[in-house]
Amino acid sequence: MQERLQELQEEALNQVTEASDLKALNDIRVAYLGKKGPITEVLRGMGKLSAEERPKIGALANEVRESIAAKIEEKQKNLEAAAVNEKLATEKIDVTLPGRPVKKGNHHPLTRIIEEIEDLFIGMGYSIAEGPEVETDYYNFEALNLPKGHPARDMQDSFYITEEILMRTHTSPVQARTMEKHEGKGPVKIICPGKVYRRDNDDATHSHQFMQIEGLVIDQNIRMSDLKGTLEVFAKKMFGADRKIRLRPSFFPFTEPSVEMDISCKICGGAGCSVCKGTGWIEILGAGMVHPNVLEMAGFDSKKYSGFAFGMGPERIAMLKYGIDDIRHFYTNDIRFLTQFHRHE
Amino acid sequence: MFVSYKWLQDYVDLSGVTADELAERITKSGIEVEGVEKKSEGIKGVVIGHVLEREQHPNADKLNKCLVDIGQDNPVQIICGAPNVDKGQKVAVATVGAVLPGNFKIKKAKLRGEESNGMICSLQELGIEAKLVAKEFSTGIFVFPNDAKVGEDALEYLGLDDEVLELGLTPNRADCLSMLGVAYEVAAILGRDVKWPEIDSANANENASEYIEVKVDAAEDNPLYVAKVIKDVKIGPSPLWMQARLMASGIRPHNNVVDITNYILLEYGQPLHAFDYERIGTKEIVVRRANQGEKITTLDDAERTLAPDHLVITNGNQPIALAGVMGGANSEVGSDTTTVVLEAAYFTGAVVRKASKDHGLRSEASARFEKGVDPNRVRQAAERAADLMAKYAGGTVLAGSVEVDTLSIEPAVVSVTLDKINVLLGTDLTVSEVEDIFTKLQFEVNTEDNEFTVTIPTRRGDISIEADLVEEVARLYGYDNLPTTLPVGAAIPGKLTAYQQKRRQVRRVLEGAGLYQAVTYSLTSEEKAAQFALEKRESIRLAMPMSEERSQLRLSIVPQLLEVLKYNTARQNDFIALYEIGSVFLKSEAADLPEEREHLAGALTGLWEAHPWQGEKKPVDFFVAKGVLESVFDTLGLMENIEYRQAEIAEMHPGRTAEILLDGKVIGFIGQVHPIIQNELDLKETYVFELSFKALADAEPEAIRYEAIPRFPSITRDIALVVDKETVAGDIQRVIAEAGGKLLKEVGVFDLYEGENMEQGKKSIAFSLKYFDPQRTLTDEEVTKTHDKVLSAVKEKTGAKLRG
Ligand SMILES: [Zn+2]
Repeated sequence: MQERLQELQEEALNQVTEASDLKALNDIRVAYLGKKGPITEVLRGMGKLSAEERPKIGALANEVRESIAAKIEEKQKNLEAAAVNEKLATEKIDVTLPGRPVKKGNHHPLTRIIEEIEDLFIGMGYSIAEGPEVETDYYNFEALNLPKGHPARDMQDSFYITEEILMRTHTSPVQARTMEKHEGKGPVKIICPGKVYRRDNDDATHSHQFMQIEGLVIDQNIRMSDLKGTLEVFAKKMFGADRKIRLRPSFFPFTEPSVEMDISCKICGGAGCSVCKGTGWIEILGAGMVHPNVLEMAGFDSKKYSGFAFGMGPERIAMLKYGIDDIRHFYTNDIRFLTQFHRHE
Repeated sequence: MFVSYKWLQDYVDLSGVTADELAERITKSGIEVEGVEKKSEGIKGVVIGHVLEREQHPNADKLNKCLVDIGQDNPVQIICGAPNVDKGQKVAVATVGAVLPGNFKIKKAKLRGEESNGMICSLQELGIEAKLVAKEFSTGIFVFPNDAKVGEDALEYLGLDDEVLELGLTPNRADCLSMLGVAYEVAAILGRDVKWPEIDSANANENASEYIEVKVDAAEDNPLYVAKVIKDVKIGPSPLWMQARLMASGIRPHNNVVDITNYILLEYGQPLHAFDYERIGTKEIVVRRANQGEKITTLDDAERTLAPDHLVITNGNQPIALAGVMGGANSEVGSDTTTVVLEAAYFTGAVVRKASKDHGLRSEASARFEKGVDPNRVRQAAERAADLMAKYAGGTVLAGSVEVDTLSIEPAVVSVTLDKINVLLGTDLTVSEVEDIFTKLQFEVNTEDNEFTVTIPTRRGDISIEADLVEEVARLYGYDNLPTTLPVGAAIPGKLTAYQQKRRQVRRVLEGAGLYQAVTYSLTSEEKAAQFALEKRESIRLAMPMSEERSQLRLSIVPQLLEVLKYNTARQNDFIALYEIGSVFLKSEAADLPEEREHLAGALTGLWEAHPWQGEKKPVDFFVAKGVLESVFDTLGLMENIEYRQAEIAEMHPGRTAEILLDGKVIGFIGQVHPIIQNELDLKETYVFELSFKALADAEPEAIRYEAIPRFPSITRDIALVVDKETVAGDIQRVIAEAGGKLLKEVGVFDLYEGENMEQGKKSIAFSLKYFDPQRTLTDEEVTKTHDKVLSAVKEKTGAKLRG
């Protein structure tokens, strides 16, 4: 009997090895391990054995059963895996084909610049103030120390609608309006972005409509050194910590002392190139201490309060930052232009 | 203002300071030096030559064969094309090996068979702008005075061995519109002295008053008039050094008398005018306002019609100059002039500005008067000019001058405390540091108890208040030396207003949906201003537009966006989706200023879905645009407050346009652009929307309340209806929602069929209804009961029939 069992084992294992599909394997399982299978048959004849041999043969029969079952299971796994692989092989795709585009639009580059500046100053405790684009002569000029007939009015030839109403030439009237609302009490800490208009023929460097962003701080004991420190923080965050800044005295009717700020040229690192016209410096903004006349006109006591203001052009900053050569691009809205400013850098 | 580095040394010692260093220091102290031009840059090997012989080139009519002594052993032969070259002239010769501007190298050459060893130069060829070359040399070579030494460097004679600083002057620094003014500035920066020109006084025995009388009938416009008389002048060229300085400053030389007036204008900042005494015709000068319609022909040969707000110089009868702006042709100094009346006057800025603006005449003189000249230099300038006319025009200066003087000159006195300076600048300056700065500026200062009382020289008309003095201190102390601090004080949180936050959020939603932000012009044409306007009003027009194209303030944004679509589709972009948030301007009867309303507009055209290689192509349609807007409303929490209503708008497709209502009020529209307009713009199907962003952002959405996540299943029932084609889904949906009551959680359209097999004028529309109770599992019977109610309501109220 022992021999018969070993024979069966060998025979079964060979058949399992040769089985080529799951069905054949199942047939083998039924044939050898089923209730009518040869091993069961052998066990049925155990009655004839002696009491000593019986457990031995029983154990052997179990061993044979288990080894066949294990072999079948192993083979089954292999066959199943092979079947899956065969199916997957037919599902192959070309992974180098392009992905399905996801719809995306983006900010206009000027908005990108303005929001960056807004956020930077919001972090320093500023609010965003806005005002009308059509202004009175009073807020646009007179409240800013530019009385009628002032020669500096020439500097910003304007689009008048009536004698007293015009398209604002800068965002400074928002400062004047905000100061007035404070009724002589500080602190005032605002950033004013917006569209402004001047009588310029549109060309590569001029636009009759453009953006401006200005800042204003008024409080007791605001010092020029505070302006310097604020501009330095702004310049380093906006243009990079490695950029040097330079303040030059300048003139604006609404500030005194007045300042222009240059940053070192990124292109040439300060050695001089065509972008910086050989100077190594690029003019970035105008600023100054709020003129006492402006404070007084808005209802602040200039003996008690002082302040600083600064202003810059988002177009100019964008042109420098991205190397844009023509201001008209901002207003043509060529889609091939707009799509270039969607990503991090 | 152009400042010659060489010339400036007449007034202030510049030793140890190069032109570039000077430029840097001037810039840092407040006047931007926009450039430093090295006049001789790119030029070498140009010497004075003497033309010994000249004959016509044997083979060329227009060429001359010259034998020129250039100070070497032998004279050289040079072929020259200039029409004015002649024997005996002293000329500039670019010798063989010389280099001219533009890296033009001079080599030995053969011209039409004749050897040429160099080139005789015009001033233009030496890098001088054509408009600065004196008329007689403008079409030929430059001829030097006879005393020029052969073989010497021609650039030195022409003053081209110089560097010129270009100052970008702000309107307040009119004091630097003169060499002396610049000298004061430079002296203050360098801590050096200012040297004034020396003037020899006249010694004629005749008096100017014997020749001319002066009357001023407009003292408020002309508080000081000084006339000097110089006789026996011989008109000729001015000395070469003077011509060189004028050219370096951007002024073209004419003749000695005119050049001297211009030279003094540059030196003192005081405009002067020279009249031909004989041509004045009378023995008097009367300054007055012009009569209405009075005429004058100015030096530029233009006849100008005057008005009473223009100031004129007359000979008692007729105008002989437009005061402070330009002389008259009738009294012009010419080659035959022998006696000159020299005018030095103080005209007020306003009257000169008016005339120069009205006549479009901007001159070196008017620019200075407009900004204000130094009243204390008027007489000095006249004396200095007269002296130069004696020296360089052979004239005799008559004794004295004829003056009308009603000008009272009180120098401004301004005080400031040390404390104020330090508080405003954030500095720690001492009394002596501040005094030192005022002294360098040559301001007279008295200090008492840390308060500085400063007397301001009349040349600095820009200084009148405390803050002006603080600025002077700051700029000469150096902005670089100021400390760096940040404002101290109560910390206030910076943040966006709710409105500003919503604007940013809406931008992001639209961008996430695939729209690019556009920024377009607010000014447009009359036609476009009112197109697509939400509210039809008359648009606002500029008083003086630069063009009709940009003459009106827009009432809507859509026309601008369509313009952008047109531009882009013409450049082969097959899908464009844009939005803009910006102001439109509505004329307001009640207020001075127009009402500015922030609008949100969008425009979409082309393929919305276009898979790059799977062939899928779906153009934009109404529901794409509507879906974009719905995501905006959803973000703003206004989904429940918005309604759409079929609408007719002239510029829109009559069947594909809806008004958008917020809480029952129309706030905008959406739809397809009218095909006629699409055609005009060469656009395919284009969908647009425009609505009041302000209305959207001002609406307050409900607070967010958490709803428990459902624990019980819902039951879905579908209904298919046949209705009249005209019946709109929104109405049916409203009926369903009403009838469904509390248990009906959601209802949505899931199918629409209008094709074959439908009865004429009917369509089939199917809805999916979801029933749900948060407290328990609904039974079939309960749902059926409610659903039946819904069905009968729909049948009754919309005339719908249930479909198979
Ligand atoms: Zn550079």
